[in-house]
Amino acid sequence: MAITVKLPTQLRDAAGGVTSVQAEGTTVGEALESVFAQHSGLRDRLYQDGGLRRFVNVYLGGEDIRFLDGLDTAVPAGGELTILPAVAGG
Amino acid sequence: MAATRLKCRECATEYPLEARYVCSQCFGPLEVGYEHERYTDVGALRRRIQGGPQNIWRYHDFLPLEGPQPRTRTGLPAGCTPLIRADRLAERLGLGEVWVKNDAANPTHSFKDRVVSVAATRARELGFDTLACASTGNLANSVAAHGAALGMASYVLIPADLEEQKILATGVYGTNLVKVRGNYDDVNRLCTELSGDRENWAFVNINMRPYYAEGSKTLAFEIAEQLGWELPDRCVVPIASGSLFTKIAKGFGEFIDIGLIDGELPTMNGAQATGCSPVATAFAAGHDFCRPVKPRTIAKSLAIGNPADGPYALDLARATGGSIDAVSDQQIRDGIRLLAETTGVFTETAGGVTSAVLQQLAERGDIGPDERVVLVITGEGLKTLDAVRNSFEDYEVDPTIESFEEAFAESVHV
Repeated sequence: MAITVKLPTQLRDAAGGVTSVQAEGTTVGEALESVFAQHSGLRDRLYQDGGLRRFVNVYLGGEDIRFLDGLDTAVPAGGELTILPAVAGG
Repeated sequence: MAATRLKCRECATEYPLEARYVCSQCFGPLEVGYEHERYTDVGALRRRIQGGPQNIWRYHDFLPLEGPQPRTRTGLPAGCTPLIRADRLAERLGLGEVWVKNDAANPTHSFKDRVVSVAATRARELGFDTLACASTGNLANSVAAHGAALGMASYVLIPADLEEQKILATGVYGTNLVKVRGNYDDVNRLCTELSGDRENWAFVNINMRPYYAEGSKTLAFEIAEQLGWELPDRCVVPIASGSLFTKIAKGFGEFIDIGLIDGELPTMNGAQATGCSPVATAFAAGHDFCRPVKPRTIAKSLAIGNPADGPYALDLARATGGSIDAVSDQQIRDGIRLLAETTGVFTETAGGVTSAVLQQLAERGDIGPDERVVLVITGEGLKTLDAVRNSFEDYEVDPTIESFEEAFAESVHV
């Protein structure tokens, strides 16, 4: 079963206007690579020097992946990842 | 308006002055950029400011608003709060000159009225009819009140376990109060998602965040004006997201650039609670980015585990020779008492954090004897009463002279 990756409004123009993408993989990093394979314009928006840009937050089931294992965090089949800007709030 | 654009702090991409807060290229935060006229007669500019209204709109030339009449811009004007010379506090800490900027003296009793005034006014200019926010409490009070004053609907999202005083002082304004089962960072994540779908809502600290943040500059403007157009040597400021901390410096910087004040940026000291100290921890470790934490502190108004402006707060503290310190919950309680007993100002837990960090800096010998220090007190003690409950003894007597004297005779001899 695929992983659902929800995109924030700021990324939808680079993904053909969709609000979410179905991805494959067993970790957050693999799932994101699967997203980039479908929408190549997203890689530079989210990644810098091979890792997530510092103002990008990724959540697995509502939990920030930095509290888990980062890009190595295991994602169950049918899991949901949410990408959001980090600069909100305060 | 002197504001000309939104600009990404990371990659410098520019955008028009619309409801946008994040760079679509790199996700960096957007900040308002200005092109001020060349003020050749600084004295005339000072007089114009001094002749302005007794609220933040006296600085409207330096805020990102278009409207014509500063006085009529909002129904709930903020700012022009007292700057008090705190000699007894200075003496207690062995310091030379300490001032307390008491921002509890705002309409809803915290500095948040400054940022919400600017965000709400800009939201109206952009055509929004609904205000919203993710809040640790003080912002909730202010957004609900501004919504009421301006006749705008409002949605206020807070962590469900917030202090009762802050919940009551929000609901009373007739807002849509939403208690989220989670911490502030959960509330913020939810609101960030919601803001993508609710395009007619002005989330003051999300899609309006560049304008909102500008409101904090007025604290610096007031401090400089109240010191007779001079800079302090050092400011001690609480850090939650880091926005207030960095924008106070931006405010001083703009006044220096324009020529309204001479000198260099003050040494900037940030204050956090140990139970939620991602920025202080990163500072101590020499990191330039903050690792998020799960907050556990009585200073709920500072309980942001994933601070948006953390990296910039770190840069600022280092660039000005300052620091970012953290203090325990007991130090926070003691800090509230210290400020109350020496200045007559009763602050909430965030002010306890700031006061305790000032004490820590003084004890560490970081502050020179001739320094002029400003302590920025951001909120009101009546909102966090649990922090002082059972922190002092009182007397209960019968309504007779004998009973009264007996109580005090005992206390004298104990």
